[in-house]
Amino acid sequence: MSAPSPSLRMVVLYPDVMDVYADRGNVIAVADRCRRRGVAVERVDVRLGDPLPEEADLVLIGGGQDREQERVAPELASGGERLRAWRDERVAMLAVCGGYQLFGHGYRTSAGRELPGAGVFDVTTVAPAPGASRHVGDVLAHSDLPGLGPLAGFENHAGRTYLGPGARPFARLERGRGNNGSDGTEGALAAEAIGTYLHGPLLPRHPALADRLLAAALRHRYGPAAPALEPLADPYAREAHRAAERVARERGAPAP
Amino acid sequence: MRITTSPRERVAVLAGRAAGALARRAGRGGGTALPGLVSGALAPRLLDHAAAALDHGVVLVSGTNGKTTTTHLLAVIARGSGMGPVSNRSGSNLERGLLSALVAEAGPAGRVDGSSRLGLFEVDEAVLPRLLPRLAPRVVVLLNLFRDQLDRYGEVDSVAEGWRRMLAGPGRPETLVLNADDPSVALLAEEVEDRGGAVIRFGVEAPPAHDAAPSAAVAVDARFCHCGGAIRHGVLLLGHLGAWRCDGCRRRRVAPDLEARSVSLGPDGASFDLAARLPGRPRERARVALSLEGLHSVYNALAAASAAAALGISPLAAAQGLAAAPPAFGRQESFLVDGREVRMLLAKNPTGFTEVVRTVTARTAPGDAVHLLIALNDGVQDGRDTSWIYDADVEALAREAGGGIRAIASGLRAEDMALRLVLAGVTPERVEGDLAAALDAALAGTPPGPPLTVIATYTAMIELREELARRAGREHYWERAPSRPAAERSPGGGGAP
Repeated sequence: MSAPSPSLRMVVLYPDVMDVYADRGNVIAVADRCRRRGVAVERVDVRLGDPLPEEADLVLIGGGQDREQERVAPELASGGERLRAWRDERVAMLAVCGGYQLFGHGYRTSAGRELPGAGVFDVTTVAPAPGASRHVGDVLAHSDLPGLGPLAGFENHAGRTYLGPGARPFARLERGRGNNGSDGTEGALAAEAIGTYLHGPLLPRHPALADRLLAAALRHRYGPAAPALEPLADPYAREAHRAAERVARERGAPAP
Repeated sequence: MRITTSPRERVAVLAGRAAGALARRAGRGGGTALPGLVSGALAPRLLDHAAAALDHGVVLVSGTNGKTTTTHLLAVIARGSGMGPVSNRSGSNLERGLLSALVAEAGPAGRVDGSSRLGLFEVDEAVLPRLLPRLAPRVVVLLNLFRDQLDRYGEVDSVAEGWRRMLAGPGRPETLVLNADDPSVALLAEEVEDRGGAVIRFGVEAPPAHDAAPSAAVAVDARFCHCGGAIRHGVLLLGHLGAWRCDGCRRRRVAPDLEARSVSLGPDGASFDLAARLPGRPRERARVALSLEGLHSVYNALAAASAAAALGISPLAAAQGLAAAPPAFGRQESFLVDGREVRMLLAKNPTGFTEVVRTVTARTAPGDAVHLLIALNDGVQDGRDTSWIYDADVEALAREAGGGIRAIASGLRAEDMALRLVLAGVTPERVEGDLAAALDAALAGTPPGPPLTVIATYTAMIELREELARRAGREHYWERAPSRPAAERSPGGGGAP
């Protein structure tokens, strides 16, 4: 008798407003890898005004425009307790760009206003001084996480993010500006939660990272008995990654 | 003839023209940017002064999508009404592009003869606030605001805010023409109407909900009203365009002055009833049959007819002009290569790409295969960040094309385009970065009969268009049919937005 097909609950936070940099592609990549393996995905979209669901195995959030992030920030902050509890349960999370910023302690705008954050990561983001440039360009970075290989993407953000003592960087920069343009770090890690500035989108070109998140999500759901992820052939992802890596080496800003 | 340029400026004009001629001789394109760059460097106020010489004044067209086609359609209408348009025809829409178009009009003494001339310029949406006070246009046309390549333009909100401040400042147009169906644009009417200016609105009548076939709105780019309330959208016609209202105040879509009704989208072009209700004129209605496909073409035609109305051209005359208009540069142009029809569609941002896909699938007869060459470049003008292809509804290809899809991915980022296609359920037949080689393969694999559709980002379009024009025995893009005698006119396209 065959085992029932595994399933997981994917919570997509504010897809209607926090989607401005095509981070929808991350959702597409996760759905594709699950479909190819027969893993059923129960997708829950949380929109402005919605409470967070009781449970999640995988949480995804992208970036938004300033005005939209101002609306999302208080809702994320009020859901912070649950999000931090999920982090401590080792729920898989990927927070990109604005979502990453709001998964930190908060964001201080150029007008000096404090937008609260969810506190999933021990990081704080501040708007740059007036006249300072946005960090826009190709990025190449290397993570301590095993098996990921070089990470190639594109960053586009004004905020400077600083790691607190409790935060680990997601990666070290070879090209690009990363968290703050000064300390050479990119993104943050906390348990199975990953925060990053990398668009591309990230997961389509980085199947190993997508699978790392999926494996963590299945472990959260099934514990030690979680089904193993069978390997998939990803020739197109490999070629796209190679192209992005080449481009980042050619024209990414030298790392600080 | 009015002469508004100084002797020094006339020398600058001649220097710009000489630079353009040299560039063309050296095979460096058509000089749609260089003459303006040179002339503008020598005489910084030349653009303002040359534009002031134009008898019929200046019209500026801006927005994320449709600038080139709308400008082109309005040029056809204006010409039919005896106005000689001076226009940056091929999308070179920064100051240098406008100035190049004007410099090209100058006579041997470096004078721009503005008799019976109308300045008709498309302007980059980020540059518009700087150019508007200098050009004091009669009419400004604001088409739409969609997310574009975010590494170039920043966020939609910041472009809208720049426009709002522009309209509250000096150089306000006599008439603002705007899209009633795009909340971010429509809300700008207040800035003009509150100050006593005229507004002409255009829009598409919402179809009854039961037979609406909305584009899959994968991304809505107009979400909040000035009051802070959320914008609620009705049936979405194209991206986030459609009926809307604010749930926090009384603002909502205002019935347009020019409206498209009974829209029909066919493989040979879109058609619609143009219903006009302009102040001081009887109501008018005319059927318009375009040679252009797609609902986005209907919006562009409406915008052109509305701008024409602002210039005093009747909607019926505009309708005649629209029916006669061929496609604009690189936008739905057709080429006959080795007995096969090749159709060129420009896709430079998510909404544009989504609409192009929709146009292709709608055009293909049920059961027929779709033959595609999709070229993704990542030059500065295309957007360095290729993420945006994930915001386009590429999935519609697999969903709508029942007869199968043959796709070749090409361009500088062919591999990223291929991956996007695969994730949308379309496995490309081939991935070939070189555009000419990809075109060879695409043509070789297309059987006689069905067209080959080329979808390309801006710089890929420029290169492929040259290749197609060469193979089809057509002229270079900068030598396209002039609107005035050839001796008075030279450069056209090419420069970059």
